[in-house]
Amino acid sequence: MKSIRNTPASRWSVLLAAACGMATSAHAVNDLPGGPAVNQLNLPPAASLIAQDLQWLHWFMLIICLVIFVAVFAVMFYSIWKHRKSVGHKSASFHESTTVEIIWTLVPFLIVIAMAIPATKSVVEMKDTTAADLTIKVTGMQWKWGYDYLAGEGAGIGFVSTIDAGHRELSNQGGPKAGQSVDDYLLKVDYPLVVPVHKKIRLITTANDVIHAFYIQSFGINQAAIPGFVRDAWFKSEKVGDFYGQCSQLCGKEHSFMPIHIKVLSEDDYTKWVAAEAKKAAAKADDPAKVWAMDDILARGEKVYAQNCVACHQTSGKGGGAIKAIDGAAVVLDADKTKEIMVLLNGQNNGAMPAWKTLSDTDIAAVVTYTKNHWSNQTGQLVQPADVLAMRK
Amino acid sequence: MSAVLGHHEHAHDDHSHAPTGWRRWVFATNHKDIGTLYLLFAFSNLMIGGVLALCVRLELFQPGLQFFNPELFNQFTTMHGLIMVFGAIMPAFVGFANWMVPLQIGAADMAFARMNNFSFWLMIPAAVLLVGSFWMPGGAIAAGWTIYAPLSLQQGPSMDAGIFALHVLGASSIMGSINIIVTILNMRAPGMTLMKMPMFAWTWLITAYLLIAVMPVLAGVITMTLTDRHFGTSFFNPAGGGDPVMFQHIFWFFGHPEVYIMILPAFGIISHVVPAFARKRLFGYASMVYATSSIAILSFIVWAHHMFTSGMPVTGQLFFMYATMLIAVPTAVKIFNWIATMWEGSMTFETPMLFAVGFIFVFTMGGFTGLILAMAPIDIQLHDTYYVVAHFHYVLVAGSLYAMFAGFYYWSPKWTGFMYDETRGKIHFWWSLIAFNVTFFPMHFLGLAGMPRRYADYPMQFADFNALASVGGFAFGLAQVYFFFFIVLPMMMGKGEKAPQRPWDGAEGLEWEVPSPAPFHTFETPPKLNASATRIVG
Repeated sequence: MKSIRNTPASRWSVLLAAACGMATSAHAVNDLPGGPAVNQLNLPPAASLIAQDLQWLHWFMLIICLVIFVAVFAVMFYSIWKHRKSVGHKSASFHESTTVEIIWTLVPFLIVIAMAIPATKSVVEMKDTTAADLTIKVTGMQWKWGYDYLAGEGAGIGFVSTIDAGHRELSNQGGPKAGQSVDDYLLKVDYPLVVPVHKKIRLITTANDVIHAFYIQSFGINQAAIPGFVRDAWFKSEKVGDFYGQCSQLCGKEHSFMPIHIKVLSEDDYTKWVAAEAKKAAAKADDPAKVWAMDDILARGEKVYAQNCVACHQTSGKGGGAIKAIDGAAVVLDADKTKEIMVLLNGQNNGAMPAWKTLSDTDIAAVVTYTKNHWSNQTGQLVQPADVLAMRK
Repeated sequence: MSAVLGHHEHAHDDHSHAPTGWRRWVFATNHKDIGTLYLLFAFSNLMIGGVLALCVRLELFQPGLQFFNPELFNQFTTMHGLIMVFGAIMPAFVGFANWMVPLQIGAADMAFARMNNFSFWLMIPAAVLLVGSFWMPGGAIAAGWTIYAPLSLQQGPSMDAGIFALHVLGASSIMGSINIIVTILNMRAPGMTLMKMPMFAWTWLITAYLLIAVMPVLAGVITMTLTDRHFGTSFFNPAGGGDPVMFQHIFWFFGHPEVYIMILPAFGIISHVVPAFARKRLFGYASMVYATSSIAILSFIVWAHHMFTSGMPVTGQLFFMYATMLIAVPTAVKIFNWIATMWEGSMTFETPMLFAVGFIFVFTMGGFTGLILAMAPIDIQLHDTYYVVAHFHYVLVAGSLYAMFAGFYYWSPKWTGFMYDETRGKIHFWWSLIAFNVTFFPMHFLGLAGMPRRYADYPMQFADFNALASVGGFAFGLAQVYFFFFIVLPMMMGKGEKAPQRPWDGAEGLEWEVPSPAPFHTFETPPKLNASATRIVG
């Protein structure tokens, strides 16, 4: 039964693309391994045993449903063909038969039970999150994913994964141009989630603001990340490689732009990655007491702005629609620099501007300084991490 | 509907107390007039909701954001859902009920004529609030028609307008339901026992009970949302210890029966059209009634299948999976009964029958994808993807909407006194059927490939199917414009052949015992019925 495999979609897609003669013929796009294939018709190739079971289960259901569908409608269309007035058919007068009615109530009932048995097995397997080798907390945020390695090799590593700023900008400009090949369009992130192969990974999902959902088909995972609550799911990758998914629960404006990228490494490579991360973390730790020079903090602020602010406030700093402009904003130009810091720490307008407490003091200081000294805002004010620290309660 | 405009034909039995001009509509107490108002209101909303859907399809025609920013896009998907569910489908079925229930059961009018007027006119301010919210600060609701907390707590003032609109629509639905229940239970002509009652009246009786049971639940959950937003409560706000999952439980406790509210009356209409054109009595009348009731009862214990990814214990998932799969049984019984009704019949295929057969065929596809989605593990792979979008459009468009078209073509000769143009009806059917499938069939593939719903932009691999769906969507929308201007409008203006009292030789029921168009007042004295309660004797 496991021999049912995904038909390579490409053969069909050539036919389909030719038949519809549409968008992709203009865009040279290729299948993305671990992500969507061009005009993919079925679930993607499985990278975990669970996903493989689900694939089988889907075929199993599809075949049963198709057989019933064809059988039932063969009867209907036969009747439509033979029992027409135009061919002189006279209507019969029967209008009930208890036997027949009992049979066609019982038969679907038995079929449904037959369907439920393999499904039950999968439900139980999917819910068994015990005995994990590695536990990672996944935090959904508007609009990025936070990953914190809680237990297992690499515990202590934590980072935030955001969509590639170039892709987001490309989307605003109307998407990839004709002839431009971006196979991982909207799926590319700055820091992928890295995990080892053949290890049971338990994901604990939660969220900071609204509900998000962590959805990766290759592993058969789709788990809501709910603020104030923790939920869990698990997977064990059988393959090394890159796998892609997206947020599946409407979470606001940038819902389409918080992709998931999981990089599965061999055990050795994973160990190396953990060591490298540990070194980076040591080097990166910011001292909140450090006094920064203007040029250094501006460069840092530009990065922070690009990662966190540009999606709404735009590169121009003008915002748009409900999004307020930063360029020329009174709160930014104000000589009292605590005002802007307070907006960043606490948010504004009922969370339309979210609170950015999770950013480090240095990052907040940097981006405040940056906005106060960019575009037409030439205030010359320099905000230090210590100023931000003082504002935190 | 030309009972509406062509009042000259039945002037002889219009008593002097019937108001004319605008008063006739604003002060309407006649079930036929109110039915017409409901249907026109629903069609206007269908057009507004349709335009929003086309805005969505326009943006999704190609990858990249070309026309709308993602925030506005979310407003379009949200308002499309809300307007279609609460503004188009539900009122349209109430319109059918107003017109047909009294005629089918031999009653003079609805039981509470003035409440009937009120429940219609309440819908206008509600619709204005909903549609008008686009011009409020921050735009319309963008949290999806399911308005999940805590995203709903982040919305602008339009969320409050939406909550108020839903309250008003809910009150209107409850009044309409009470009216229908009281009418059916008390005003049937002597001799029409419950088990001789036409299927459409039966399905509406059950639907009305569902509405009364769940609309207050919706009212409760949106009121809690409102107090969370403005009065410092934390029912659903996790920052104050609230539970966003509780919102989903309460919402879907309303939401699942709601989807049967939108399909049961459709089953009723199909159960009239198929026998009429097969010239054979409905097969298994009693089992149809029982199947409808079981679907209604089961609808209360399946709600959490909308929440398989929200996370619940194994036993919870299994329970809701089994209960949901059970619904396939009574639904299958209905399909079998319709096909058995056709079997050995003497069928003709005028437009109502085409839509009925189209309904059975395409709705069943939606039923099967529903069964596939009921399997919790498969749902995990497809939850909140285009597969789900395809599924519910197969049951709501090819289901509810097609049944309404079947009902319109079947009964409108009685309403207007004129026949529709058969060729145009057939064009409308085939055009709609093909365009519908071109729009929604590719969405199954998109969902299987993992494209999440409510996405303003998508990876390039999904481009072809999206382009195809957009082309189909515009064609489908255009078909409905054709329907209005080339089929509905001519009938309302009194063009076309005059309809005989019995335009369909196989049709049974009391509605065919009155002339076409149906006089302003019918069955003012209770009619004497034959043994099967389908004809007037003496």
